[in-house]
Amino acid sequence: MAEVSQGGGGGGKKGGGKVRAKKASTKIDMTPMVDLAFLLLTFFILTTTFNKPKTMEVNMPDKVVDEKEQTKINEKDILNLVLAENNKIHWWIGLTPPVTTTGYGKDGVRKVLLEQNRANPKLMVLIKPEDKSKYENMVDILDEMDITATKRFAIVDYTPDDKTIISGGAETTTETEN
Amino acid sequence: MGKVKVHRTPPSLDMTPMVDLAFLLVTFFMLTTTFAPEEPVVVDIPKSESEIILPDKDRMIISVANDGRVFFDMDNKLHRKEMLLQIGEKYGVNFTNDQANSFAILSGFGIPVRSLPQYLDYHPDERKGIQQPGIPVDSLNNELADWIVYARMNNPRLRVAIKGDRGTNYDVIKKVVETLIDRKVLRFNLITGLEQESKL
Repeated sequence: MAEVSQGGGGGGKKGGGKVRAKKASTKIDMTPMVDLAFLLLTFFILTTTFNKPKTMEVNMPDKVVDEKEQTKINEKDILNLVLAENNKIHWWIGLTPPVTTTGYGKDGVRKVLLEQNRANPKLMVLIKPEDKSKYENMVDILDEMDITATKRFAIVDYTPDDKTIISGGAETTTETEN
Repeated sequence: MGKVKVHRTPPSLDMTPMVDLAFLLVTFFMLTTTFAPEEPVVVDIPKSESEIILPDKDRMIISVANDGRVFFDMDNKLHRKEMLLQIGEKYGVNFTNDQANSFAILSGFGIPVRSLPQYLDYHPDERKGIQQPGIPVDSLNNELADWIVYARMNNPRLRVAIKGDRGTNYDVIKKVVETLIDRKVLRFNLITGLEQESKL
């Protein structure tokens, strides 16, 4: 360990009554200080949070009261994404079935978005989260919008009409993508 | 003759550089560290690929717990105190100076306005044991809307962030978002963790 100034301990050599104080080491025992320094260091390292939380910015449209101000979109340009329970996504184009069910991630909704975006550059995506879907689903889908560079999308309410479309479509196409 | 002299002194080690380094690091961590504020509820935030960093100040955080309880937090003690007094005036609840001061240093809370004075009277250590019911966000009794309005009145530069648990049902989030839109907060942030790589 560190040099410890030797007190009277090492003693056989001491001669006579000579004062030998001058020879004593001036070194300080730094061990306790180092202990403390490392203790603090460990504490601060462990308490520091380096990764600051990241955020997603969301811009929502204001509520439109006047019907004239609402933009009309061709139904063929609309991709409906219903975020359902248990991490499922029902999607269809326009107002009619077939409805296809898919999941999240690379082979699920991302593929759909990329394909539909390629097929129709004017695509407008309507995200309709069901009440039972999770917040994580919404964040995931917004993330997918970013990843697939989908510029035109909106989060809208899930309506009973959507429900009928899904239940009607589910009978015809039960096949799931992946 | 060729006798080897045995050193009596213990092997010495010069610790000065090490100590220098240790203190340098201590100083660095001390200065950079910001203590994570105590959260009233554990929120498991979802992951995303977004890399926008949440601003350090002028922020209002609306936390939504797994079970749908809503919590409110805002920075800046002065604004908080002012806001509390205004809210109290609106609801006809009087806050003493002590209560207001203790509110100013509080972190997030999920207490209806009328129960706040009682909650603030508790010692900070006792508060941990109290189950916070969450701030009402129903359309009939939407206290969150008032908090948002008064918070923004006190600090117009406020950024609104929603910190939702990944398992929260969307209907609660919808209520919070609708409250924000009704109060003309159209741009807000969703707090997420950074996803390391795109998931499968």
